[in-house]
Amino acid sequence: MSKNAIIAGLVVFVAAALFPFWFNIGGTNAAPEAELSAKAKAAKKCVLDKYDMRANHMTILNDWRTSVVRNSDRMYKSTNGKTFGMSLSTGEDSCLGCHTDKAKFCDKCHNYASVNPYCWECHTDPKEVTNEK
Amino acid sequence: MKNKRENFLNKSSRRGFLKAAGISAAAIGIGAAPAIKAVSIASGGGDAVSNMPVTTPKAEVLKAKRWGMVIDTSKITDEVVEGVVAACRNAHNIPDFDHKPDEKKYPNTRPVNKTQEIKWIWEEHYKYAFPEMEDEFLADKFKSLPFLVTCNHCKNAPCVQACPTKATFKREDGIVIMDFHRCIGCRFCMAACPYGSRSFNFRDARPFIEKINPEFPVRSKGVVEKCNLCAERLERGLQPACVEASEGGIVVGDLEDPESEVRALLKENYAIRRKQELGTEPSVYYIM
Amino acid sequence: MLEIAIKGSKKYWIWLAVLLTVMAVAFAVYIDQFMNGLMITGMSRDVSWGFYIANFTFLVGVAAGGVMVVIPYYLHDYERFHRITILGEFLAVASLIMCLMFIVADLGQPVRMLNVLLYPTPNSMLFWDMCVLNGYLFLNIVIGWKVLEAERNQVKPPAWTKPLIYLSIPFAIGIHTVTAYLYCGLPGRGFWLTAILAPRFLASAFAAGPSFLILLCYLVRKFTKFDPGWEAIQTLSKIVCYALIANVFFFFCEVFVVFYSKIPGHMTHIQYLFFGLHGHNALVPWMWTSMILMFIGIGLLVVPAFRNNQTLLPFTCIMIFIGTWIDKSLGMISGGFVPNPLHHVTEYAPTVPEVVISLGVLATGLLILTVLFKLAATVKEEVRG
Repeated sequence: MSKNAIIAGLVVFVAAALFPFWFNIGGTNAAPEAELSAKAKAAKKCVLDKYDMRANHMTILNDWRTSVVRNSDRMYKSTNGKTFGMSLSTGEDSCLGCHTDKAKFCDKCHNYASVNPYCWECHTDPKEVTNEK
Repeated sequence: MKNKRENFLNKSSRRGFLKAAGISAAAIGIGAAPAIKAVSIASGGGDAVSNMPVTTPKAEVLKAKRWGMVIDTSKITDEVVEGVVAACRNAHNIPDFDHKPDEKKYPNTRPVNKTQEIKWIWEEHYKYAFPEMEDEFLADKFKSLPFLVTCNHCKNAPCVQACPTKATFKREDGIVIMDFHRCIGCRFCMAACPYGSRSFNFRDARPFIEKINPEFPVRSKGVVEKCNLCAERLERGLQPACVEASEGGIVVGDLEDPESEVRALLKENYAIRRKQELGTEPSVYYIM
Repeated sequence: MLEIAIKGSKKYWIWLAVLLTVMAVAFAVYIDQFMNGLMITGMSRDVSWGFYIANFTFLVGVAAGGVMVVIPYYLHDYERFHRITILGEFLAVASLIMCLMFIVADLGQPVRMLNVLLYPTPNSMLFWDMCVLNGYLFLNIVIGWKVLEAERNQVKPPAWTKPLIYLSIPFAIGIHTVTAYLYCGLPGRGFWLTAILAPRFLASAFAAGPSFLILLCYLVRKFTKFDPGWEAIQTLSKIVCYALIANVFFFFCEVFVVFYSKIPGHMTHIQYLFFGLHGHNALVPWMWTSMILMFIGIGLLVVPAFRNNQTLLPFTCIMIFIGTWIDKSLGMISGGFVPNPLHHVTEYAPTVPEVVISLGVLATGLLILTVLFKLAATVKEEVRG
């Protein structure tokens, strides 16, 4: 009796633990490509290399935030010699100043990876603000 | 000193952290191929990653050893107050609880509790701005005069001492500022402030902002906020918004610089500060 | 030992089910607070702490009150407390867990609470409060568990528990002292800015904690076969008596200083609490109730005939518990914030959601307390039978 109960319990447990795998069987799960805006394409070089950016942009943003808020340094001189404003959304030399389409550049991958950065609770996509009025 | 130590910690732990963050983020999010590349970049010499940002402050930044504010009470009229409060509101996306939320964008917004409002700079009468100096024979003109009160950016700020996470801290130039990202919303600073200068975001502010200014972030619910002396404007070489709107009634400058305009004003006029007896050393002066 | 908790009478399970129901309802309300912010509370710009912090402050006292059985038993070898020491320690555990839950319920950004550890800030009293509260909780869990386990196995508790027990004594004093320091070091709040605050907190703690413990002893005696002993209860009631007198005495010291010196910034708060200010008087009936309850409590404890009356004593304890609760939670927090530093009067009253969430925290505490007391009582029964 208890043997069966244990086995049944184990089966339920394994099924539950593997939920993400069987739930996604058959779906299309190709990773999306971030779409570059014309401006970003023309600029060619971002703050860091493409792959470095892909893996580490959150850390860079974290450092920028510390730099701006706590050390009041707002300019970033990248290794490729260019300078950027250390800002997510304000100014031409900020992230969104170049990557003008937040939906296609940021949200696409974030949605795919189910990450929900709280940046946008406070910082605003300038386009969104101008559109609403 | 403290900042330096923090920076140092950042640097030494940075590479290890980046590796971990890079591996996990890339592997979970984007797929295997870039992950392998990210790892190879992160571990191979680490040219790109191990470099700390090389920062260069802009040339036009307004700087001071200790920022201070002088308010000439004779120049503050009701119209000036209105303009100053509105300018500050627009500059910093401060919600207005009298503003009716847009039903379409923010459906089912719950009714507001006015006592939970947010104020950075606002009007008070003399007996409230200087409660310990209440005087039954006070000159009539002072009784009805509008006094603008805001954060005093105290030299010995009790709020900075109280904050358990250094989310509110004193910059080297004297500005007491908030790191909204770090605030846990314990509101100890609000209890500590002897001037009632701090406000808490009891709710999401967006429905009550008529027009969002993209130049400044909105705040998330659950954090404390207050006047930042327009640190973001000073860094772009601009005077604080209240100064611009004050028609000469408010002057902001370097208290440590004997040649500054604020010092000249203080030399020539009798100025008082709020609750001076507490020893917090406010940096906001009122010319009487 | 924990297996004892899953064997109980029908009453036991019904009681746990009631508590779990309250917790579930409160959790649902908390989700609303979590999603929509502290707007659902009655707190405001002027009264920025409310019911949560008030209950937190009071329960720190109840937790610290546990030391009133630990000191006589471990430092003075007072044998009569042998049986109830574990109850005092477990009461401290439950109270501290409630304290921590109240703090988290009060945070605007609870998901960031570990920032207190990530960016330790020794100049903030909240940092130290976090250290002593967690330290005292840890000590009580370890000590209580180990000592009870040893009793069950009828062996001596491991030797290393002794230093921990001695360490827990300064920690008990520490939690309430540091909690008082949260308030009394703030320059702009005349009501709190007094050196008597920490002693007063301790005095009221040593009245509230042991009086609650007496009530619990009655309940344990009623619902289990374990008898904590009338002598122990009598000694506890004497402790409550002295502590309550000290609490009221300290309060009158404060009243004298404030009203004889007549410094307005200090007077207005007590005026608001007991007489109302500019027509605002929500707390006046509460404060007088509190005073009357504490005075009756003193009367009933000072006179031996009343104190030794087994039927009367629990009612005395209930009065004292309510009296000190009003004094230290409602009055202490609102009194400090009203009037505000600019002498505006904004009154505070908790909202229904706020009260429900608080009840949820209390239910959680009672659940933990029930389970722990069941363990203790059952072990004691086993050993004796």
